[in-house]
Amino acid sequence: MNPMFQASPASPRFKRVVEGACIAVLAFFAAVVVFLVLRAAPVLSSGKATEKELSTLTSGSVTSLAEYLGPLVFGTLLASFVALVIAIPFAVGTALVISQFAHGKVRTALSAVIDLLAAIPSVIYGLWGVLVLVPASGGFWSFLNRYFGWIPLFSGTVAVPARTMASAGVVLAIMIIPIIATISRDAFLQVPSQDKEAALALGATRWEMILAVVMPAGRSAVMASILLGLGRALGETMAVLMILSPASGYSVHLLEATQNQTIAANIAAQFPEADENGVGLLIATGVVLFIISFVVNAIAQKVVARGEKSEKHEAAQRHATAESGEGNPA
Amino acid sequence: MQINALRKVSAVGIILAMAAGLSACGDNQTTANAAAQENHGEEVQLKGEFAGSGASSQKSAVDAWIARFNANQPDATIAYDPSGSGAGVSTFLTGATLWAGTDAALTSEQVEQSKKVCEGQTAFDIPVYISPIAVVYNLKNAGLNDTHVNLSPATIAQIFNGKITKWNDKKIAAENPKIASKLPDLNITPVWRSDKSGTTKNFVSYLADASDGAWTYEVGENWPNKIGMGAKGTSGIVSTVSQAEGTIGYVDASQAGSLGTAAIKVGDNYVPYSAEAAAKVVDASPRDKDATEKGRVVIDIDHTTTESGAYPLVLVSYDAVCPVYKDTQDGEFVKQWLSYVVSEEGQSTAAENAGSAPMSPALRSDVLKSIDLIGSQK
Repeated sequence: MNPMFQASPASPRFKRVVEGACIAVLAFFAAVVVFLVLRAAPVLSSGKATEKELSTLTSGSVTSLAEYLGPLVFGTLLASFVALVIAIPFAVGTALVISQFAHGKVRTALSAVIDLLAAIPSVIYGLWGVLVLVPASGGFWSFLNRYFGWIPLFSGTVAVPARTMASAGVVLAIMIIPIIATISRDAFLQVPSQDKEAALALGATRWEMILAVVMPAGRSAVMASILLGLGRALGETMAVLMILSPASGYSVHLLEATQNQTIAANIAAQFPEADENGVGLLIATGVVLFIISFVVNAIAQKVVARGEKSEKHEAAQRHATAESGEGNPA
Repeated sequence: MQINALRKVSAVGIILAMAAGLSACGDNQTTANAAAQENHGEEVQLKGEFAGSGASSQKSAVDAWIARFNANQPDATIAYDPSGSGAGVSTFLTGATLWAGTDAALTSEQVEQSKKVCEGQTAFDIPVYISPIAVVYNLKNAGLNDTHVNLSPATIAQIFNGKITKWNDKKIAAENPKIASKLPDLNITPVWRSDKSGTTKNFVSYLADASDGAWTYEVGENWPNKIGMGAKGTSGIVSTVSQAEGTIGYVDASQAGSLGTAAIKVGDNYVPYSAEAAAKVVDASPRDKDATEKGRVVIDIDHTTTESGAYPLVLVSYDAVCPVYKDTQDGEFVKQWLSYVVSEEGQSTAAENAGSAPMSPALRSDVLKSIDLIGSQK
């Protein structure tokens, strides 16, 4: 047998191996950060070079870094926001169906399908979006524009074909639905059945039971899953690159083409032909994306941690009430 | 009985067929060996790995060239990474690749920098791939995809800068008297490359030169305005244009497919794209006056040419190479490779596989003079 596993339970060698793995991971992370900062620094520090590079990157229309970065950050956030608004109701609804309504084989099958959706590579979603969704959705967008054009989001001239933020948002939404749905489903499944039965016994309808018991119990997990989905939407490149007709601007007209661009898609579009300074500039935009993702993840962890704490707290309280109830039969 | 006889006959037949197949294989091998032996006398046999990178426009031509080149040099492993012109030249200047494919000629700074990797000599660039750029449009429902809509450079410029917004605009109608009634009352949606691209640079520099001042944007590899919509890569433009009636874009002509293509105005005539018409403008164009370093053959495309039958909207893609390489085998490879690429056979291979325009004999003789420089001085 391998001598490594014959040693005592606290085998120092095993400990060293796992510690090594852990340190390697940290080192990779540090290497990425150092790479980002090192490559971005010269561009960010020398204003002149940046101006010249920006001018060549944008054919002279932009000369300052803020002017270049601002719309990209805005576009990235807008795309993710649209995706979240579309994805949340579908994802939470799916999670509720799987956890509260479906049973047996139906539940297993639905769960498997959702897990499968999460495994589809994003380039496939991108291809589907550009070859199927974009040509097929034109009628729906015109409908939105005709009847809801008074909402700024849907105003303007509808782009044909729909290489728009709206189309990109729909594809991003489809990509993050499985993430939100699976995590929410697992949280909803963990709601104690006594609590649900108690609510039903008190005369609540299923709908009221879900509102009063299931949703509050799963709230923090749902929030965390949404933030994880947001993290994926922020960094998603291929689907946006393939669908969106890009431009640098602050428009919220989702149905018009050539209004926004996201950071990730911009890097992918510009990198192949960029020279050294151009690459530095693109990496600088990457740093900004990194910071945004980092903040989102940090918030997600905070939310999860707080949720766990309050759940424990609630559970402890419930336990205490139950005990005091038992002790006091009157 | 009959069945048995049939079986016997068919068994014999199969055996005969197999024998024939075997002997056929044998024949092939011997001829291949003979060919290799014949070649051995003329050309140095290459062995090893040879890498280049650069312009994605050359990709399909390079693939075809590699396949044919390997027929004579089976031990040479050739790789071409279509990383883009800019990346290709930077990689070449680090010495990691033997040659770079690039849609833009080298700058004088890059030529100076090349001394580091070319053993003190300066690199040079020669044209290897000439391809017309087609102005493609989708007017399928109007029935105009099969005819060439006539467009002058000034009209194309005004379509792409948003001044002309309808297909039945009187400027377009005036240039197309025969089909004026078929031009639909439909918005024009220009479609352009959203990624950095040599095709874009060639297209806008054509508009800047030939449109009589209608095109005022700076010439660059990025599309300069927000009119219409952008799409990633040539395939992105083709799919966007085919998805909606009324769109117009520009792509490497070999990718135009079933889309309509415009005939552009040259002098007083309208010329649809063709390989011959593209080759013609290259011959009629002067050499770049700034590219005087030894061996360089850079063509300054004359976008305002009035030469009849010439199609001035072309992409000329170059290969940048060193005259001397550290490893003599590398130099031998580059020499053989370029000689093959610009040869009549190489150029027609590219024409068959990538729809490019074969270079003329006059240009070829100039280019071969440059290729002769490789390895001649040490």
